[in-house]
Amino acid sequence: MSGRAGGLPTRALRKTLSGRAGGLPTRALRKTLSGRAGGLPTRALRKTLRGQAIERIPTVVIGAGHAGLAASYFLSDRSIDHVILERGEVANSWRRERWDSLRLLTPNWQSRLPGLRYEGPDPDGYMTVGEVTEFIERFATVSRAPVRTGTNVTSVRRADDGYHVTASSGEIRCRAVVIASGACNQPSVPPFTGAVPATVEQLTPFDYRDPAKLPDGGVLVVGASATGVQLAAELQRSGRPVTLSVGEHVRLPRTYRGRDVLWWMDASGVWDQRYDEVEDLTRARQLPSPQLVGTPERTTLDLNALASMGVELVGRWGAVRDGRALFSGGLRNMFSLADLKMGRLLDTFDEWARTHGRDAEVDPPERFAPTPVPSSARLQLDLRSGEIRAIVWATGFRPDYDWLDVPALDAKGQLRHDGGAVDSPGLYALGLPVLRRRKSTFIYGIEDDARAVIDHLARYLAETNAIYLTQRAPTAPLNPGPQAR
Amino acid sequence: MTTVTNGVNVQALLDAREALKGAPEAAQFTWRASAKWQSGVHSTIKVQSFFGLGEEQSHKEEWTFEADHPEVFAAEDNGITPIEYLLVGLASCLTGGIASVAENRGIQLRSVESTVEGGHDIRGILGADSDVRNGYNDIKVTFTIDADASRQEIEALVAQSQKRSAVFDALTNPTNVTVEVA
Repeated sequence: MSGRAGGLPTRALRKTLSGRAGGLPTRALRKTLSGRAGGLPTRALRKTLRGQAIERIPTVVIGAGHAGLAASYFLSDRSIDHVILERGEVANSWRRERWDSLRLLTPNWQSRLPGLRYEGPDPDGYMTVGEVTEFIERFATVSRAPVRTGTNVTSVRRADDGYHVTASSGEIRCRAVVIASGACNQPSVPPFTGAVPATVEQLTPFDYRDPAKLPDGGVLVVGASATGVQLAAELQRSGRPVTLSVGEHVRLPRTYRGRDVLWWMDASGVWDQRYDEVEDLTRARQLPSPQLVGTPERTTLDLNALASMGVELVGRWGAVRDGRALFSGGLRNMFSLADLKMGRLLDTFDEWARTHGRDAEVDPPERFAPTPVPSSARLQLDLRSGEIRAIVWATGFRPDYDWLDVPALDAKGQLRHDGGAVDSPGLYALGLPVLRRRKSTFIYGIEDDARAVIDHLARYLAETNAIYLTQRAPTAPLNPGPQAR
Repeated sequence: MTTVTNGVNVQALLDAREALKGAPEAAQFTWRASAKWQSGVHSTIKVQSFFGLGEEQSHKEEWTFEADHPEVFAAEDNGITPIEYLLVGLASCLTGGIASVAENRGIQLRSVESTVEGGHDIRGILGADSDVRNGYNDIKVTFTIDADASRQEIEALVAQSQKRSAVFDALTNPTNVTVEVA
């Protein structure tokens, strides 16, 4: 490419861009859009609550899931006074926002929280939702976490030397806040759901409990991450013909060389890769969850498994036109990308086993058949024909920061943070994808993250305390400023 | 690592990617072509100006393309058929993508050749069978690549190039098209 044809004379471009960026109302717009502009309930609420005493607690943790409770564990360890505000009960989303058959993707021996590990009879099994809930509850109990249940946070904003938290129970002034409210607060769906004919029922994983909830007849499952492949398999087994719309996905075998694939992720160090070592962090943080399911049989649930069950595979759903769903013709490349990526990961495992002298304790290397492309993947489907009676949107989740009145979100609505230290002093996050390591969102991964984040928080409290005290110290008479004369 | 020279200024592209993250409006491009009917099914298409980075831009010179149909279509064959231009676009887009990705991954290319075939049932455009679509039924691209890389790495180059290809996307995904009379 010649200099000119490069077309992007970067220096000039940057200059132009930064100049233009200055003139654009993005910041103001974001404020208006996300700042819960003026007259929203927070102000009214504050008014109502005025007169009530403002509670002062050094640190507030939002959310009593495994992440918030792990934060609390390390805060208690450092004797930092704090409280956990929880909108519902401990492990709330596990109780109310998961489908019945769900099990953890990680084997039981990886179900580990600070000071608590699985001690049951089946270390290679996978916890059910009920067992996860109990496990997290037990953690809250043994760590004596100061949880206030039924306490909904409606606003967090900056105030003086810290944050002002408005919750359904009252107002709290604190120095630091740990956001542990989860990465999956809302199902994320494409913009064209409104163009789907009304005769087709639409569900998100939040609405879904079991197949009986759906009408009889064909189901179109959209998305081939862990959620999509699990629901597609379950619905197909219920006798409903399933069509699965497949975009980019992460293919993994359940076991590799005789061990759980997540054993390999852990042992080989892939899971420990730090966020600042990941080549494309934005992409790593957006990666769909791997095609895994936790079953007693430890079966692989990739697209080959689904196709052999009779699930029809189609490309990524791109648009609705005249009541027809239009799918991408690029399915073959989606398969190639996932097959190649899995191959590279297995190479990494083999290389690790070889160089660390572990070959003898595991089975010989294996390679899996590439995902075969259906001879005639359909490019469109008439949603008015009655063939499809329901659509399940397994198209991902996003966090909800509607209550966060601190300008710390990027243009995509994600928290701006550096390894959990949010772009606002004293504000922290836990439990987000690749927050500090690749294992961050797994229960197994929270201990290292929470320790590091609370370390940072403790340092912040100590340092700001020191500054606060220095400023208050009677230095003025020794060094009188102009006003003092 | 030895220096790789596939001739792609990847650094400029990466810098632009970073710069445009904060200024999405500057990333809005409009590509243009203007066509003029000659006679029969022969037309001449000219391409020069486009819009991008917030202002009018231009190719170094005006490029001219002839489009017609071959003699088996009872035409004069003054140029390639319009649907062949899609193959031209796809092959060049994927090839450019492979060079860029290879440069970025430090892979030295020695040669990249490809053949593109589009299967087309012309009963559609002739109106002979309303069940037959007008466009391609399938398109197959075959790359022959000589590079300092393993087969797996070469396959990954080709896969990544498809993933980031404008023409691959335009051909495989639905696009809104408005055609009107001025």
